Amino acid sequence: MKLSKEEVAQVAFLARLELSEQEIDTLGGQINRLLESFDRLQELDTENVEPTSHTVPVQNVFRGDVSRPSLTPDEVLANAPERVDNTFEVPRIVET
Amino acid sequence: MIEYEPVIGMEVHSELLTESKMFCGCKVAFGGEPNTRCCPVCLGLPGSLPVVNKRAVEFVVRTALALNCEISHHSIFHRKNYFYPDLPKGYQISQYGETPIGVRGYVEITVNGTTKRIGIRRVHLEEDTGKLLHVEGDRSLVDYNRSGVPLMEIVTEHDPAAGFDQINSADEAREYLVRLRSILLYLGVSDGKMEEGSLRCEPNISIRPKGSGEFGVRTEIKNLNSFRAVYNGVKYEIERQERVLREGGTVIHETRRWDEPRSVTASMRSKELEQEYRYFPEPDLVPMVFEPEWIEAQRHLLPELPQEKKARFMAEFGLTAYDAGVLTDSKALAEFFEKAVEGYHDPKIVANWTMGEFLRLVNAAGIEVDQVKITPGHLVDMLKLMDNGTISGKIAKTVFTEMFETGKRPEDIVKEKGLVQITDESAIESAIDQVLAENPNEVERYKAGKQELLGFFVGQVMRATKGKANPGVVNKLLREKLS
Repeated sequence: MKLSKEEVAQVAFLARLELSEQEIDTLGGQINRLLESFDRLQELDTENVEPTSHTVPVQNVFRGDVSRPSLTPDEVLANAPERVDNTFEVPRIVET
Repeated sequence: MIEYEPVIGMEVHSELLTESKMFCGCKVAFGGEPNTRCCPVCLGLPGSLPVVNKRAVEFVVRTALALNCEISHHSIFHRKNYFYPDLPKGYQISQYGETPIGVRGYVEITVNGTTKRIGIRRVHLEEDTGKLLHVEGDRSLVDYNRSGVPLMEIVTEHDPAAGFDQINSADEAREYLVRLRSILLYLGVSDGKMEEGSLRCEPNISIRPKGSGEFGVRTEIKNLNSFRAVYNGVKYEIERQERVLREGGTVIHETRRWDEPRSVTASMRSKELEQEYRYFPEPDLVPMVFEPEWIEAQRHLLPELPQEKKARFMAEFGLTAYDAGVLTDSKALAEFFEKAVEGYHDPKIVANWTMGEFLRLVNAAGIEVDQVKITPGHLVDMLKLMDNGTISGKIAKTVFTEMFETGKRPEDIVKEKGLVQITDESAIESAIDQVLAENPNEVERYKAGKQELLGFFVGQVMRATKGKANPGVVNKLLREKLS
């Protein structure tokens, strides 16, 4: 499996990353090397192996239903690219 | 002409009535100042880790049991990945695939005398997203207070196993939702407020030639914020698809938005491509394992559910299926009735007042049963005032309305308004004499054999006494005078 230059650009767009042509080439190459590693893993015969969702034998970790203080709006919005009153402002996206 | 059969799948989301969010300790509430109930976990900040809210899990297990589901022994969470600004992590924690908390259940519905067991495919637990506040122009505002609120998803089976049914009409779709909401309210896991969005319903609809084993292309409808909208939206969509097919067109797989003011569904043109969510097991949360003993303990915690209560009301109070059904539709109404019955000897009379005057006033006021001022004790006291002759049945309605509006005790209302029934024969007699004197023509016609006029005279006497005359005495005296 190999990602095309266009696919790398699309993934970057979705992640709101602005990449130069040069960076798309560099990162695309790195992503594809990673994907090749996964392709190698795929070669293993796992026919008789149970699917594993977790590697540690721990289960049923819960917390009680108790509320505790939240962050202040200023803390919440500290990294907001754009802020309007106490909300994050984002480019309008058609409702799905 | 081909006859078409609709097949409807219902996907219902309900926020759970927990105190804190699904994976963090932020408070769960409706509305309020934006971004005041957020923390690193529900904002998806790097390095934060989720921990499962135990009560949310218990709520979903109990709901699944109440919906006659099997509980998965082993259940895990997954990440559903997509880019959207209401989802700060870039993924929603949900449950995918074969191990949701509950599977293979059913809800019984009765429409036009036919009872169906609507198959439930799955009941699972996930988290709600933030809220986009759309503003003018090309910008949106985001509030993450709702992000991470426990959300339960309940999905019906469109292709049910033998012995179970699917939903095939707008009536059935609405009735299914009415039954489901009632069960959630009885369980106390949801507030069921469709208009506030804490209960949301997204039906998918397809039609096929009647008798065909294949499924047609389905569309999904969003923005249905009331039972009426669900009914109208589903009905509209069935008719629209039929029209498209009859005109030789094809139904497109898409999401359509219910436009309430225009009463139509319109394409949202957003899901022409099937989304690829890249689901995978959530590595930050360990599996949940439900042992049979624990599941049984949860089953024991289930309250009496609507259907059981209905059956008991019929057996214990001798009510008809219809009356018992109306009274148990809402938990609050059933409780009102049951409390009143404790204090009064005739359940049928209590049922009539509860379903009649009480429900009529509740609906007219546009409020919920648990918001009323009148108490079951007030109703009992009023019925006793009727029994001992203090007030007539007609006056009782006035007293009841007053109790409903003010929350005052019936004795006080009767005293304040001077509503005590007149049983004194001489007082009634003088009213009768006056009425007869004022209507000589009617008296003549009555005496000539027009017996139906008795009702007219009774009405006139009641009017003259402002409804306070004892109707039995009025009848008796009138007959005597006119004979």
